[in-house]
Amino acid sequence: MSEKLKKNLCRILIALGIFVVILILEKTGKFPEVFENKLGACAVYLIPYLIAGYDVVKKAVLGVIHGQMLDESFLMTLASVGAFVTGEAEEAAAVMLFYQVGEFFQSYAVGKSRQSITDLMNIAPEYANVVRDDGSIETIDPDDVEIGDILVIKPGEKIPVDSVVVSGSSMINTAALTGESVPRSAGEGDPVISGCINGEGLLRVRAEKCYDDSTVARILELVENASEKKSRTEAFITRFAHWYTPLVVGAALALAVIPSLITGEWMTWIYRACTFLVISCPCALVISVPLAFFGGIGAASKHGVLVKGSNYLELMAQIGTVVTDKTGTLTEGSFKVSSLVPAEGVTEEELLLAAAAAEGLSTHPIAQSIREACTAAIPDREALPCAESVQNVSGRGIIASMEGSTIIVGNEQLLTDNGISFSKAENAAATICYAAKDGKYLGAILIRDLVKKDTAAAVKAMKEAGVGRFVMLTGDRKAVADAVAKETGIDEVHAELLPEDKVSEVEALLNNKEKNGILAFIGDGINDAPVLMRADVGIAMGSLGSDAAIEAADVVIMDDKLGRLPVLIRIARKTMGISKQNIIFALAIKVLVLILGALGIADMWAAVFSDVGVAVLCILNSMRLLRE
Amino acid sequence: MKKKYKCEIDCANCAAKVEDAIRKIDGVTDVRVNFMTQKFTLEADDDRFDEILKEAVKTGKKIEPDFSVEM
Repeated sequence: MSEKLKKNLCRILIALGIFVVILILEKTGKFPEVFENKLGACAVYLIPYLIAGYDVVKKAVLGVIHGQMLDESFLMTLASVGAFVTGEAEEAAAVMLFYQVGEFFQSYAVGKSRQSITDLMNIAPEYANVVRDDGSIETIDPDDVEIGDILVIKPGEKIPVDSVVVSGSSMINTAALTGESVPRSAGEGDPVISGCINGEGLLRVRAEKCYDDSTVARILELVENASEKKSRTEAFITRFAHWYTPLVVGAALALAVIPSLITGEWMTWIYRACTFLVISCPCALVISVPLAFFGGIGAASKHGVLVKGSNYLELMAQIGTVVTDKTGTLTEGSFKVSSLVPAEGVTEEELLLAAAAAEGLSTHPIAQSIREACTAAIPDREALPCAESVQNVSGRGIIASMEGSTIIVGNEQLLTDNGISFSKAENAAATICYAAKDGKYLGAILIRDLVKKDTAAAVKAMKEAGVGRFVMLTGDRKAVADAVAKETGIDEVHAELLPEDKVSEVEALLNNKEKNGILAFIGDGINDAPVLMRADVGIAMGSLGSDAAIEAADVVIMDDKLGRLPVLIRIARKTMGISKQNIIFALAIKVLVLILGALGIADMWAAVFSDVGVAVLCILNSMRLLRE
Repeated sequence: MKKKYKCEIDCANCAAKVEDAIRKIDGVTDVRVNFMTQKFTLEADDDRFDEILKEAVKTGKKIEPDFSVEM
């Protein structure tokens, strides 16, 4: 609780105490000479009234001076003055008192939820330890770090700017940025991202970017600006508030004058008009709807998903079609040996070792994947053997010579050309490498871009969440695409597309809006920028530290997990649900009290509840999102 | 030039009012008073920035006595 809030609370409690004492004195019939006199009662009740609400009155006067008539301070002041005039001094003081109690709860609740959201996003580094030329260490503001500076990061400290490890090794906790709880290892030469927390080891790093361009600063800016991109619901509320207050004030004026002229009971109707004024403030709506969206964005970032505006959260809630890229989104995006088919009498190890040796000089992704598989399968070997000379047969494979023998690694054609008999391996989705040594067939190695572990589950969860249509767009071969689609449960595939084809495919889907609903595109963000921009919601994945993706996408999934998406849809739905509940609840209560007030059934107490009480309830309702 | 400051503002409606008033100041390109994040962003002419900033804070204070900017 801030100083200011504490002071307000004190003031409210004192005023409340005095009010209760006066109320008891009046009701028990002590000092009749004071309370039976209207002016006397007014004077007594003015004490708690002013203690609780002098600042409201002051604001109201200032508002009138500056031409800002219809603000809540003015309306409250007018209503309470009206109550004093009609001889309801007790209610006048009560209105002001409870208005302040409500305001207090409102600030407290908002402050609390703001705090929990900032805690979620508590990734900003406070300082940086720079090593100076003479070897001394100076602690400076992250803003003052220059590119090329050497920084020391002690265990438990935040990495101040994006940098590269110069020496030392450690496990880095990226949870605050990605929601991923398993730490990443970082050693010499590895890039480390600002905002992550260093584990047990001491790191010396070289700054690669200044603070403002670092990941952490960009993310913070995104989240802060997110609440400025208004959703349709929020825009509706703003427009509504714009009309609501003048309308109710107008109605109050009519209520005070017209029936009074007919019946002559001025005091009754002015009092009823005053209850209108108390209800006329749209605070509950104006505050609770943006708060719900803010909470939704905060909850999403806790799960490692950045949403760049309330409007995208709103769209995510109504998502009907998901279009995805294949490589890097549904699959790992890198080649891996998926299975080995050794020939009879050959072990898997022999096959891998021979192929890895032959590919030793190659940098082709397939060669790399074979060598990686070999290192993983035979970890105790000190170094992989490597071919002495290699002949590349373009588009077919390689013929390598090593220690006097010849190893052939390549496709069917290469083996046929060299007169080697082999058994054909069948797998539409994989790239197949055959290997032979000195004319003897060793076996086949199947290499695939493996589907990520959580893809199928995520697709299923999204379908359950109401995504009606799932489309995969890929530049890859049809057979590969079909195999991935089958494995992940995606029902529609468009393969062998050029990048511009992807845009036109998405546009075709967008043109059929009634059928397809809101369309989201998921891509890895690097080469999909045009499609990301074109879709209703562009979602970039695995793009921690990638500027292009953060720029182009509307939603950024910080780690590689597709499983974050069903969670995001759930949060978006809940956000929409809560904001709708708030709108309906607040409006229903207000309309009800307006009608009852006009009929003289609801008094000012009810009006105060319908204003501040409803606001507090709506705020509490919005805060439920933070627990997601 | 665009600069961001911490600020204190009491309610969403007040923030909107302060924003409106500051936007009318000569030389202000854009202004944001964010109630949720309690941030004040001012975009204004480079050569008169400090002067405009001072006037903006003064204008804001006049409309909302609780508005203050940490500089």
